[in-house]
Amino acid sequence: MRANGESFNSTSDPGMSQTEEFRSTTRAWLEENCPTGARGPGQIPWGSSKIELQPDVRLWLERMAERGWTVPTWPRQYGGAELTRDEYTVLIEELKRMNARTPLTGRGVNYIGPTILELGNDDQKARWLPGIARGEGGWAMGYSEPDAGSDLASLSTRAELRGDHYLLNGRKTWTSDAMDCDYIFVLVRTDPDKPKHEGISLVLVDLSQPGVQIRPIRLLSGASPFNETLFEDAVARADDVIGGVNNGWTVGKRLLQFERSTHAGINISGSQGGRVIEGHMPETIKRYVPTIKGRVADPLLRARLIRYEQNGHAQRLTQKRVIEELEARAPGYASSAVKLTGALHTQEGDEMLLAAMGTRGIGWQGEGFERDETEATRTWLRQKSLTIAGGTKEVQLNIIAKRVLGLPD
Amino acid sequence: MQFSFTDEQEQFRSVIRRFLTDKSPTTEVRRLMETSQGYDRDVWRQLSQELALPGIHIPERYGGAGFGAVELGIVMEELGRSLLCAPYFSSSVLAANAILNAASESQKVELLPDIASGERLATLAVTEPNGRWDTQGIELTATLAKDGAGTEFLLNGVKSFVLDGQIADLLIVVGRNLATSGDEGLSFFALPTQTPGVERRALETMDPTRKLSRIEFRNARAELLGELGTGARALANTLDQAAIALANEMVGGAQALFDSAISYVQTRMQFGRVIGSFQAIKHKCADMLLEVELAKSAAYYAAEAAAEDDPELPALASLAKACTSDAYMNTAANCIQLHGGIGFTWDHDTHLWFKRAKSSEVFLGDPSYHRELYVQRSGL
Repeated sequence: MRANGESFNSTSDPGMSQTEEFRSTTRAWLEENCPTGARGPGQIPWGSSKIELQPDVRLWLERMAERGWTVPTWPRQYGGAELTRDEYTVLIEELKRMNARTPLTGRGVNYIGPTILELGNDDQKARWLPGIARGEGGWAMGYSEPDAGSDLASLSTRAELRGDHYLLNGRKTWTSDAMDCDYIFVLVRTDPDKPKHEGISLVLVDLSQPGVQIRPIRLLSGASPFNETLFEDAVARADDVIGGVNNGWTVGKRLLQFERSTHAGINISGSQGGRVIEGHMPETIKRYVPTIKGRVADPLLRARLIRYEQNGHAQRLTQKRVIEELEARAPGYASSAVKLTGALHTQEGDEMLLAAMGTRGIGWQGEGFERDETEATRTWLRQKSLTIAGGTKEVQLNIIAKRVLGLPD
Repeated sequence: MQFSFTDEQEQFRSVIRRFLTDKSPTTEVRRLMETSQGYDRDVWRQLSQELALPGIHIPERYGGAGFGAVELGIVMEELGRSLLCAPYFSSSVLAANAILNAASESQKVELLPDIASGERLATLAVTEPNGRWDTQGIELTATLAKDGAGTEFLLNGVKSFVLDGQIADLLIVVGRNLATSGDEGLSFFALPTQTPGVERRALETMDPTRKLSRIEFRNARAELLGELGTGARALANTLDQAAIALANEMVGGAQALFDSAISYVQTRMQFGRVIGSFQAIKHKCADMLLEVELAKSAAYYAAEAAAEDDPELPALASLAKACTSDAYMNTAANCIQLHGGIGFTWDHDTHLWFKRAKSSEVFLGDPSYHRELYVQRSGL
């Protein structure tokens, strides 16, 4: 084979000019429509009806939802804008360029929305998706139970059919933000006689009903973002089982992939896939340790910092590569891999910062410590959850070994 | 910047892979690594004439195929996977890029076509016995030959770790003006290896798939490439391009080792089950995958940057070199571990890649060196 100069040229993409045109119209629209109060750090809506939105934040949400850009790749009829992957990437880049916050995030647009879109029936899509796309309602996740953690399929929350509805009884734990949520998607046992993976369903439940009780769980960081959610004859509509009765293990695992790919920054079926947060670790570290000519003086810490920065760079490039290689909207098992490397990287950053802070890193609150110091300490504490929540590090490694590498049980 | 490969590029890859699967099984690698020449002339001829690989990234006006750094990266990745013993990296990458970066137009026209066609083998001599890859390590001097036409110089000094120095027909040498140091006063020179005053000795290293030489220059007459004393930029560029090419070769090697380990743990039985069913093994394999995939991202992205002459290229070159060196070494060590007793025997093939991983790790500067460069280049 004798190659000639044209056919392998990766830059001769005929779609390029179209993409660039999309970029310029997008940029113009965003400049005109993104209020100043929606730029820079600040409030980001996730659908909860219990949290009041600042006026600019609400306006930004409404304008973006109107344009279908809270869920840019979804079909128009369900509140999306049917953007291609390339257009979506451009939109995210342009949002980042003007320092605009994402208009809407959360388990609605990022987890259950994409799952309903992929596995729900037409009636369910029509009833749920447009509201999710507009941020009407915050969603909680009812997966883990006190006796079903990594072995999630052994869950025992029961759902019994009573005509057109189910009655739920059981206890879910680690239900993040449930106090402020309006709905919950729950993995329930709909057939206790079948093998454990085959009798599970995923059902949508309204949290504002007498059969649901929510109790906060206090974490090592002192905060209580997690809750225990109890169901005592709670009611769910029979036609709110997503993806078929007793098919919940498959549906639930799919939703977990959307969750992981959101954490990994690669969920383009959600609201902000590919949005990468770049840190300022070197500057932060240098505030606490001696430097020589602007360099960290301790050679071991310096080497650790450089390795961390480099790893972060490779991580961002991998996110980019994974998104480009996605066949469609759907995340694959790459989500486990990128979620895990991202979590480990973040934890290493927290550890390194605490090491550099020394005694400044043991503050809790009150006098003697800066606010961002106690914040760093609490972040370090809180982010121990990164290699546990959403599937432990060990479970992710098992998934990779089984699904990517094909290693046997 | 586009990141993933086009369909045409994937076809290109599969053509090369078929060729190399056929021509470079490990029996051939083992045969050639025991020879002093270190390559098979017939295979080199086919690779040149049938696949046009030696000039793949060289512009058409200099006799090449006119593709870019991405296609070169694909070639390198496949060469790394198959461990082909051939003077590709030395001649097509190191020497050809040095000429492209440093030489005048007429010199390019004169020198490159024979390299692109594979008929003439060239190599680049930068490092000296001190083993340093920064310009501070370059001591070989060049002085104007009084009886020459003004572009002829006399070289004096010693180069070492010169890749394929024993078989090269043409040497591209980096030297300096008297009484200069660092980036100052550097120039590129070209001379045939048969020039009087050039004395070559083969170095015996633990990676016999990659032949290195020590070359002494005593008043060896050489032609100046480009302009005198302004070679620092061309050198940095050449070494960055080489680091990116080598990074892609390394991910090919790492993937080959990884594939071999995964296939072994799926067939090796102990305690009545395949060892790949044990969680300790599974987790190690999954960790290996993560490291190889991160390294690939760095290597592929750097190749794209080189193809587009991205201003981030120097930082990305160092990122890629450091990441892939670590990933290759770790994958190789884990591959031995997963193979158990058989993994540290001579007869088993893993050590061929393990040794290549080590020689590649230090060639062009080790990971610590590149991490330091990365920091400087990305302005941290």
